[in-house]
Amino acid sequence: MGFSVYIILVPMLMFLVIGLGSTKLSPRAAGIFGTLGLSVSAVLSYITAFRYFFAEGLQEGIYSSITAWSVEWLRFSDKLHIDMGVLLDPISVMMLVVITTVSLMVHIYSFGYMKGERGFQRYYAFLSLFSFSMLGLVVATNIFQMYIFWELVGASSYLLIGFYYTKPAAIAASKKAFIVTRFADLGFLIGILIISFCTGTFDFGLLTADNASLAVTSMAGGSFLGLSTATWAMTLLFMGAAGKSAMFPLHIWLPDAMEGPTPVSALIHAATMVVAGVYLVARMFPLYLFAAPDVLTLITYVGAFTALFAAIIAIRQTDIKRVLAFSTISQIAYMMVALGVSGMGGHAGEGYTASMFHLFTHAFFKALLFLGAGSVIHAVHSNEMEAMGGLRKYMPVTHWTFLIACLSIAGIPPFSGFFSKDEILSAAFSHDKVVFVVLLLVAGITAFYMFRLYYRIFWGAERQYEKHPHEAPSVMFIPLVFLALLSCLTGWIPFSHFISSDSVPYDLGINWWIAAGGILVSLIGIIMATRLYRRESDLPERIASRWAGFWNAAAHRFYIDQAWLFVTKKIIFRCISTPIAWFDRHVIDGAISGLGTGTEKLSGAIKGIQSGRIQTYAAVFVWGVIIIAVCVFIF
Amino acid sequence: MDLSNFLMMRQELGLVAVFAVLLIYDIFGGETRAMRWFRPLAITLFAIHTLAGFICPMPEGEAFGGMYVNSQLTVLMKNLLNLGVLLVFMQAGEWLRQEGTAIREGEYYVITLATLLGMYLMVSAANFMLLYIGIEMASLPAACLAAYNKYREKSAEAGAKYILMSTLSSGVMMFGLSYLYGAMGTMYFTDMAPLVRFDYMTVLGFIFFFAGLAFKISLVPFHMWAPDVYEGAPTATTAYLSVVSKAAGCFALLLTLHHVFGAIGQVWYYMLWALTVLTIIIGNIFAIRQQDIKRFFAYSSISQAGYIMLGVLHGTETGLTAVIYYLLVYMFSNMAAFGVIASVENKTERTDIAAYNGLYKTNPRLALVMMLAVFSLAGIPPLGGFFSKFFIFASAAAEGDYLLVFIALVNTVISLYYYLRIVKAMFIDSPEAGIGVRLRTDGYNSVSLVLCTVGIIAVGLVSNVYGYINGVGF
Repeated sequence: MGFSVYIILVPMLMFLVIGLGSTKLSPRAAGIFGTLGLSVSAVLSYITAFRYFFAEGLQEGIYSSITAWSVEWLRFSDKLHIDMGVLLDPISVMMLVVITTVSLMVHIYSFGYMKGERGFQRYYAFLSLFSFSMLGLVVATNIFQMYIFWELVGASSYLLIGFYYTKPAAIAASKKAFIVTRFADLGFLIGILIISFCTGTFDFGLLTADNASLAVTSMAGGSFLGLSTATWAMTLLFMGAAGKSAMFPLHIWLPDAMEGPTPVSALIHAATMVVAGVYLVARMFPLYLFAAPDVLTLITYVGAFTALFAAIIAIRQTDIKRVLAFSTISQIAYMMVALGVSGMGGHAGEGYTASMFHLFTHAFFKALLFLGAGSVIHAVHSNEMEAMGGLRKYMPVTHWTFLIACLSIAGIPPFSGFFSKDEILSAAFSHDKVVFVVLLLVAGITAFYMFRLYYRIFWGAERQYEKHPHEAPSVMFIPLVFLALLSCLTGWIPFSHFISSDSVPYDLGINWWIAAGGILVSLIGIIMATRLYRRESDLPERIASRWAGFWNAAAHRFYIDQAWLFVTKKIIFRCISTPIAWFDRHVIDGAISGLGTGTEKLSGAIKGIQSGRIQTYAAVFVWGVIIIAVCVFIF
Repeated sequence: MDLSNFLMMRQELGLVAVFAVLLIYDIFGGETRAMRWFRPLAITLFAIHTLAGFICPMPEGEAFGGMYVNSQLTVLMKNLLNLGVLLVFMQAGEWLRQEGTAIREGEYYVITLATLLGMYLMVSAANFMLLYIGIEMASLPAACLAAYNKYREKSAEAGAKYILMSTLSSGVMMFGLSYLYGAMGTMYFTDMAPLVRFDYMTVLGFIFFFAGLAFKISLVPFHMWAPDVYEGAPTATTAYLSVVSKAAGCFALLLTLHHVFGAIGQVWYYMLWALTVLTIIIGNIFAIRQQDIKRFFAYSSISQAGYIMLGVLHGTETGLTAVIYYLLVYMFSNMAAFGVIASVENKTERTDIAAYNGLYKTNPRLALVMMLAVFSLAGIPPLGGFFSKFFIFASAAAEGDYLLVFIALVNTVISLYYYLRIVKAMFIDSPEAGIGVRLRTDGYNSVSLVLCTVGIIAVGLVSNVYGYINGVGF
């Protein structure tokens, strides 16, 4: 299946074409190039997925890993070398499908959404760059390739968040996203170095083979601050994952990243890039499970806390994209928890399947929510809920597709979110009851704040709209309808037949007791939201005033941003950076300047030797020989 | 004599064939219209020759009783020289069609090829006699090239200085060779190697011989000719001397030092160590003050020669790879710089650095190429120059020569200072003193600049290049 390398290369080519053509291309041409490139990638991914899952992948009842294409890039030793390649296994193939589908929808949608924007070509160039990087990340054959593309994804996300570079908020947000994730990536890099130092390889296949026996044997020893090498390495690796996937306390960049264009938020900050952390943990899952099970417990609790924490904040946000951002954090945390509670093989590995399943369904319904929100923003020219209300009459398609997505994320059957959420709850139930209760609570809150959002946009009293709100153009609502269809249908895929922790297909039914509990909690959330927000009233404010302190803190995102600012500005800048800056300016710069002025003076002093007279040259030549000879014989 | 010996010399024969065709064409073409096709023909033929060197399998072994040796390494080295000459040819065209030189356009190519043949022999020699003949073949016609603009005083001066100094160095070298022959009774590398030992005659002979080669590479204190010749000679010749000729000299030095004089390594190690330090420092210090860009690059290439010696010193496998890699990158970088200098000089007759003020405003592409070239020479990542410096420093550090690496590193910082002068002139200084016109480079030169740029960027990033060179053993 060597052709699969073109899935990655075509967007790269399009990036070069659009990027180098830049303003010489018409905006239309740039858009068409980008969209065509992604279509090719998408079709190739579907073919790859079909052939992998139904023909070539399944060998003797196990989905095998296929290295479809590979080239050695940097060689350190026979075992330790960095390759660039395409690895096909169930999760990477699944990710290929998700990324190309959502990216294609976003490409089409952006035609309408970004119409007339300055830098339309630049926008499409960056979209292609992002698609290339993300695809390269998921098919990485080794952890170093993944790291390279991981950074590329971060860079393209930075470029796209700061797309409106004349807006100070966008610049600040892009910097924040870059610095926070980069800080987390430092942990990732150190983790990679520890792992490769101990095991002597970067290759995923070698690392995870035989229940990660290589890592278990080579990283078991050693102890630093009471923790083993493996625990340190895997914790640092998780730090990178937490940065990209916005886990507490590294989640602070994601809400601000909503300053980017909305389709970008749909693609990068909802469906694809932010799940890279989950993907990384899934990719290294055998290492976590066998070499560092304590880190897996850490992941479970960090995930559970983040899920609850973000869901509570989401209730109090008034910017519709921020609500969705916190809901994304909360849902990704769900996936992390599912990985954390998973075991290996068959039903013990239910969490692994559930996590990937939720990643899959979430990508579509969350992209749909974002694109729907984009279409609303496009119509009313504001992100604030205050400016919206009663829009269901003006925007019927957006309304219905948004409702489907809300039902899906709330976990109401038969929409896709129900199936994946049920599996996660069931996995959590069989592993840890406390986590299960937290997740159940989060499910209720999720239903509540999603329907709060829904009612405040589409119901309630109409505002004084300056221009009549209108339904989005067809290039925008076709992706909505398509994604809505996917949100209805993807839940019915028997996911455990394709993806499992040990690559052996198995049957996984719905646990109806837990499902009933989940549905009940969600319905309570929806009913509460309906009661409070369907018609405008002062009831929500009255309830909020009951615990004013708590709800205010939630509105301010529990002051985590301020805590970070305190740590960086007051502690790191003042106590560490200032002395270093002084040392740099006075000692290092001083030495270099001294070197410069010294050389310059010396150069002035001896330039007379180069006189231009050939007699001198000859004399120097001969004397040179003689002096050398004398020196050689003396010493 | 066994004629099959000649089959060993495929590359030399190919070169002679190109040489002969061009010579005959030039003689009979005279001043007719047919001469219009001379340049495309010359470049095409030579390009084919270059390509053939890379593609065709070359025989390995020795010929003519062991005088001549061909191995993968020598083939690689000749390919490198070919590439350099091809770039020089591409850049020379515009200058050659100017009034003062147009009549003798053909001779230029023929003479250059003659010197190249000499360098082939330098590379493949396994006998001091052949090596000496090669050096002479490479040097004497080079003086013609330096004096090519014969109506221009500076060019004539450059030619005169070059031939005088070259004669002197040849004389000293021949004198040294006679000592060596007297001491050991043979001129063959392989026969001589076991006989080399520390006695006055051998060591004195060696030092004299070394001085001759050091002259070609322009190591301090045998470098004095370089700035004057580089400044006065036509730019194409300067490029040729600073890149191709230097590369051949470095290679011959590397081979003889380790293959023949390995036994007195103690002697030449400290000698070369000291000269390396001197070369780097003096090249740098003088470069800072230059106002003429060709003189500037003369000193820059003197200090670059010093860096190359870091790899030559130890003669390890990694050192050898690093040297060849360095030469490759250095060739691309320097040729890019000289390509830009040539296009500026051809149109405006200016070679002062002030001419480059504000070049970015008038000729952004040329300024960009120049910037990449000097960044690469200064060793800024991710350009090829960074990797070549890295490998060559690493090869010296691997042998524990930390002091030398440290000195070289400090000098890299200094070199950055003067290389950035050019960048500053192009991008920051006000364009008043600059050339102020938009230049049109001809097609060949543009192609050569693109090739150089690709080379500067790609050689560093594509690891296969290093792997390929590494695969070719001693």
